[in-house]
Amino acid sequence: MISKLIADIAKTLLIARWKQTLVAAIGVTFSITMFISLLSFMTGLNTLLDNLILNRTPHIKLYNDIKPSENSPIDQSEKYSKTHNFISSVKVKNRDINIYNSEAIINALKKDNRIKGIAPKVISQVFFNTGQTVLAGVINGIDAEAERKLFHFDDYITKGNAIDLKNTSNSIILGNVLAEKLLVKIGDLIQITTQNGEIFSLKLVGIFQSGLRDFDKTQSFSSINTVQKILGKTNNYITDIQIKLYDVNTAPLLAKDFHNTFEIDAEDIQTANAQFETGSKIRTIISYSVGITLLIVAGFGIYNILNMMIYEKMDSIAILKATGFSGKDVKNIFLTIALGIGFFGGMLGLVFGFLLSSIIDQIPFKTSALPTITTFPINYNLNFYLIAFLFSLVTTYFAGYFPAKKASKIDPVVIIRGK
Amino acid sequence: MKEIILEANQITKYFYDPMTVKVLNDINFTVERGDFVSIVGKSGCGKSTLLYILSTMDTEYEGKVIIDNENMKEKKEKQLAQVRNEKIGFVFQFHYLISEFSVLENVMLPGLKFNKFSKTEVEYRAMQKLKILEIDQLALKKANQLSGGEKQRVAIARALINDPLIIMGDEPTGNLDKKNSNIVFDIFKKLSEEESQTLLIVTHDQSFSANTNRTIVMEDGKIVSS
Repeated sequence: MISKLIADIAKTLLIARWKQTLVAAIGVTFSITMFISLLSFMTGLNTLLDNLILNRTPHIKLYNDIKPSENSPIDQSEKYSKTHNFISSVKVKNRDINIYNSEAIINALKKDNRIKGIAPKVISQVFFNTGQTVLAGVINGIDAEAERKLFHFDDYITKGNAIDLKNTSNSIILGNVLAEKLLVKIGDLIQITTQNGEIFSLKLVGIFQSGLRDFDKTQSFSSINTVQKILGKTNNYITDIQIKLYDVNTAPLLAKDFHNTFEIDAEDIQTANAQFETGSKIRTIISYSVGITLLIVAGFGIYNILNMMIYEKMDSIAILKATGFSGKDVKNIFLTIALGIGFFGGMLGLVFGFLLSSIIDQIPFKTSALPTITTFPINYNLNFYLIAFLFSLVTTYFAGYFPAKKASKIDPVVIIRGK
Repeated sequence: MKEIILEANQITKYFYDPMTVKVLNDINFTVERGDFVSIVGKSGCGKSTLLYILSTMDTEYEGKVIIDNENMKEKKEKQLAQVRNEKIGFVFQFHYLISEFSVLENVMLPGLKFNKFSKTEVEYRAMQKLKILEIDQLALKKANQLSGGEKQRVAIARALINDPLIIMGDEPTGNLDKKNSNIVFDIFKKLSEEESQTLLIVTHDQSFSANTNRTIVMEDGKIVSS
């Protein structure tokens, strides 16, 4: 009953001074709007940038690295086990890049419930022939379906279809720069020469664009079977196994695990792209600090307006106290006013924030890195709305707390005597 | 013997700023139920200061204030607010109506705070009080649309809403012209005679005090006659 009375008084004061209320509420609305659109936009861009790398990068890559042997014969000799051995001029070992027993590894990985999917790959150097000249490049034998599902392969295809790699035999997809150099269009036949000197004809079914010019200048994709055939290898010849996990954070741990279990090199995404995570974190921190600064500024606006309101309302406070309202009641009235401004300003801010982000979402944005993106990216995350609304109440509470406390301390005698 | 509802017992008060001055010196008197008392004295004699102490709003004094057999010295801020709400009705020189509220709402506010009656009952009672003061036709107007005399009558209605034990007035006619002063005085007189309302009014208006039942005269912080 008393709390209802206090709410009624606060409401009447708010409505009677609606212009002032509006100014204060607009301050909150503006900051919440900006907070939400800024965060949605910044994190949208952030995710876009992250995905440029992360979508294309496996969480764990299993392969045979070309490197010097870790165990020299002398280290294994019992005779010299207690001595310190110096070996100079160590050379890399001639090692087959084929993953030994790849079929068994793939089957084992498929049963692992931490793994979202796997995509095997065969990589080889090839030469593209155009007239008299030869261009060096790389052919990736991929499982088109797995590649589409796990690594958003379709997003980078500007012409043709990725799935045609699987449906058309002896087909190939070229990087756009490479395709320009070869002066080919979809449906044309392309001559390639393998490292062993054999010549093959492949049909162009698609063009892809990654945004990295150097990458698009040399890379091409074909099916695993085709590449195995080109290389004259059997159909268990696999050079890379790409793994996508459910939880990317477990990648370093699992990589170590796979390295030990399968006796193979395993590289996790965090090691491969360490600088990336740092950049992403810093961008998030920047957007949050800008957003919170906006809200604090709005808080000061409310503080000022409530302070002014209390000076104007000295008489009313005095009479409320004289007629039996306690200091606490008066404090609650002003806190209710502050929270009322915060609540309605915040609510409007959420709506406008959503509208502004939707508008940004419509602004055209073309980037050569992501051919399928046409407008600015927006991250519609419910958490931003919750944080913004919570923060609008917290800031207005604190902005109202000190003026309200001051009002509760006003001595009615001083006011009444002064008249 | 009549029931004593207000007792001032050896009240002494100092002002410390800018220098120590004894404004009230050993004030003793009692008010009985139904009394119509006026306190008079020259400007600065301490009569208003005394009233604020008796009204529980000023708590820095020596001595005792006893209202309805309860010692005010022992109460906390919140309890004192409750005493003011339930037992004391105030009329000041300035009306102190809240301009954002209508006349009726202004009168109702202390009643709603009292929380003894439901909102509809408080509204009914407020209308009754406005009728007694013959201003019920103004009930729905905003407080700032009224004339000075009307505002002061609304303030009296507000003081009456919780049927207080005592009405305290601090120069209630000080801002009014002769005609309105008389109206206000007649209202007090009527309340005293017809409703046996206890009243304690500080004034320097001679004609006002001459018509009350009892006059306390103060000079330099002391009571010289009562």
